Amino acid sequence: MKMFKIIKYSFYDLMRSRWNYVYFLFYLALGFVLLFLNNDVSKAVITLMNIIVVLTPLIGTIFGVMYYYNSREFTELLLAQPIRRSTIFIGQYLGLSLSLSISLVLGLGIPFILYGAIQTTVIFNFLSLLLTGMFLSFIFVGISFIIALKNENKIKGFGFAIVMWLLLAIIYDGLFLITLLVFDEYPLDKFSLIATVFNPIDLSRILILLKLDISALMGYTGAVFEKYFGTQLGLFLSYLSLILWVVLPAWAIVKISESKDF
Amino acid sequence: MITIKNLIKNYGKLEVIKGMDLLIKSGGIFAILGPNGSGKTTLIKSILGMVIPNHGEITLDGSSVIQKHAYRKDIDYLPQIANFPNNLTVTELIKMVKDLRNKSTREDMLIRLFGLEDFLNKKLGNLSGGTRQKVNLVLAFMFDSSLVILDEPTSGLDPVSLIRLKRLILDEKARGKTVLITSHIMEFVEEMSDEIVFLLDGKIHFQGTTVELKQKTGKPDLEQAIAAILMDEDV
Repeated sequence: MKMFKIIKYSFYDLMRSRWNYVYFLFYLALGFVLLFLNNDVSKAVITLMNIIVVLTPLIGTIFGVMYYYNSREFTELLLAQPIRRSTIFIGQYLGLSLSLSISLVLGLGIPFILYGAIQTTVIFNFLSLLLTGMFLSFIFVGISFIIALKNENKIKGFGFAIVMWLLLAIIYDGLFLITLLVFDEYPLDKFSLIATVFNPIDLSRILILLKLDISALMGYTGAVFEKYFGTQLGLFLSYLSLILWVVLPAWAIVKISESKDF
Repeated sequence: MITIKNLIKNYGKLEVIKGMDLLIKSGGIFAILGPNGSGKTTLIKSILGMVIPNHGEITLDGSSVIQKHAYRKDIDYLPQIANFPNNLTVTELIKMVKDLRNKSTREDMLIRLFGLEDFLNKKLGNLSGGTRQKVNLVLAFMFDSSLVILDEPTSGLDPVSLIRLKRLILDEKARGKTVLITSHIMEFVEEMSDEIVFLLDGKIHFQGTTVELKQKTGKPDLEQAIAAILMDEDV
């Protein structure tokens, strides 16, 4: 399996990168501090959620563009080998997304296991938090690969990727709130449902809040989600949307790479 | 045998190859020449499938290569710029590339030929330009394929390595291989090639032996013959 070999190389390459360890150690430290100083697992999960929904997309974005541009030479070497283009790029994308996911899962998982939090419902909340973080890593690595494939110029590509993250992580919410305020006399349920589905970060936040079942923190969109779909269907639909958010960029990577000149 | 029919490639508005027809028979050394930006690398990369033509047909021994990948197992390619992942050692890189093709290799012979024994455990980022080019050559020649494509193979090589490279290329030819070379060094081309393909402005201006070209232009050596063609174009 050539795909497996490409994944292995990318993974191996990243395992030598200092930044991957910094990322892992950050989560490890964060996990220990939140659990052992706070002593309240539910609160720790909420704090972690707020960090994960912003940080995993940012790191996915930065690592995604950097990895693409840094491995361009090796990619050209691979392109002259008897390998499909889709195999090369999807392999690199999976290798990077997996290594970021592993840093996240191990970094937070180790403190949780040591704390002895493997009991009752908390562990499921924690697991869905990790799962969402993995989804976000895959999604943002995918989008940043697309941006890098579309931009030969490193600085431009990097700029676009950061703007994309800013837009989805911060500006989107602001615009969304302004819209809600301006049009508060109109029924906005459907609008906010659609607006949420189009932003994977909002989607992840709602998914975790639905799972945690904390209506106070859900905000407007969360409440709409629950009202429309109930907790179970809401969870199902938000997972489905996240899966689409992973599949569509991956498909775009294949399509764009197939028609690109190197 | 490589057959190219009506090949067209544009980069945006820039037309690089404008309807090219080319036949390269099996066996022998073919030099692809032309001024900067005449489409040499684009032509080579189109054969390799790294550049996707807008129009036209490229066949290798009768089967089309467009949007295929498996055919590359029978091509050895030396890229123009020897850039590699900087944090890998020479041995690791060779192992990785070997791992991707299930084919017998002969890297030991090539490492000895280019005197790379002492560099095997060095990181690629720490190697000099010439040494990188030697690693590039080892990677290109190690699979022993029947078609060898070399983009500027002489760049950065010292005289001793250059003589060894020439001998290696001539050996390959003697073993019945097809070798495609681009180079700006006319002495090298004149010495090595059986046939030259001269590209000008995205088309084939001349295809034939160096002797024929010299007769056609009435010049004593290849360098002057090529210069004569280019001057004529300018007038």
